[in-house]
Amino acid sequence: MVIYGVALLAGCMLGGLFLGDLLGVFIGVEANVGGVGLGMILLILLSDRLRKGGRLTPLTEQGVLFWSAIYIPVVVAMAAKQNVLAAVEGGPVAILSGVGAVFLSFLLVPVLTRIAKGPDEGGGP
Amino acid sequence: MMNPLDVLAEVFVRNGLVTAFAFVGLTVWISYLISGKITRGRIHGSAIAILLGLVLAYLGGLATGGSQGLADIPILAGVGIMGGAMIRDLAIIATAFGVSIDEIKRAGIGAAVSLLAGVLGSFVVGASVALAFGYSDPVSMTTIGAGAATYIVGPVTGTAIGATSDVIALSIAAGLVKSMLVMTATPFVAPFIGLDNPRSALVYGGLMGTTSGVAGGLAATDPKLVPYGAMTATFYTGLGCLLGPSVFFVAIRGMFG
Repeated sequence: MVIYGVALLAGCMLGGLFLGDLLGVFIGVEANVGGVGLGMILLILLSDRLRKGGRLTPLTEQGVLFWSAIYIPVVVAMAAKQNVLAAVEGGPVAILSGVGAVFLSFLLVPVLTRIAKGPDEGGGP
Repeated sequence: MMNPLDVLAEVFVRNGLVTAFAFVGLTVWISYLISGKITRGRIHGSAIAILLGLVLAYLGGLATGGSQGLADIPILAGVGIMGGAMIRDLAIIATAFGVSIDEIKRAGIGAAVSLLAGVLGSFVVGASVALAFGYSDPVSMTTIGAGAATYIVGPVTGTAIGATSDVIALSIAAGLVKSMLVMTATPFVAPFIGLDNPRSALVYGGLMGTTSGVAGGLAATDPKLVPYGAMTATFYTGLGCLLGPSVFFVAIRGMFG
């Protein structure tokens, strides 16, 4: 049933955020430490297990896939509710950090490609 | 007699979240129209939609003088719920669903190194720029640094560590600039960085991380490379959401707090 997928997703999110809060208390910062990332890991692990056990029916999957597909629209809504008016004066920060990050990453592509060749060289198309 | 428009507005206000679904759907539709007709698909509809979201938030701020962008307009208050942390986190976590563990193992060590280098590199660049422009508190530095990773990692990190909305907006904008630049610049840069085989595409996906940017950029370079870049890029946002509000925040707080 579709709700099983939604419930699986919800459980992973709540579990991840719980762990994130605990981690925050543990290391003494007032923050949810990596809760969303932990939730993603939980979902990967659990869905992999369920899939291999043949317990992830297409209907169950739909319950998760809907939320995955609605992700960009949710991000659009998130962008639309920010205090952009107050952020405009910081505009150059956004542009420079975006451009700088891309520039550095482009530079690193040839460097890391060489490293990535490593011992398993020889295969690939 | 009551004005039909007032009655309609009342319906919108009473059903805020549903109104938001309709409104955001319309926004996305217009964005894909712009993407196809004006940019000829060069800039992906999703990036234009997020840009449009930021512009609308700006206009909402101008119109109401409030701090919540479009969500301060009563008939669009539901946008605040749809784009709030709860729904957002649910949708973001759902994107991890397609990932299989066997695929992670197959991607290998090169993918892992490029992912770490990509997230860390972008983060350092973003945090440094933030510091240079006077955003010198650890929360803002971390959030803007995370935004330079992707437009998701920024707001997720910002919400987790309590950043203000204007800083979160900047982090979304930084990620958006990155995504759009990756989409458009990749075909031109590709010959100079050896981006013409699966291995370099794998590394490139891990370094850039913006899935829409990587898919768009590789499609314009060589469509055969898209799956390789997308494979590593899939992990990037998850890794960023994991490291941003934890290791990075603690490190920045240790150095600048």
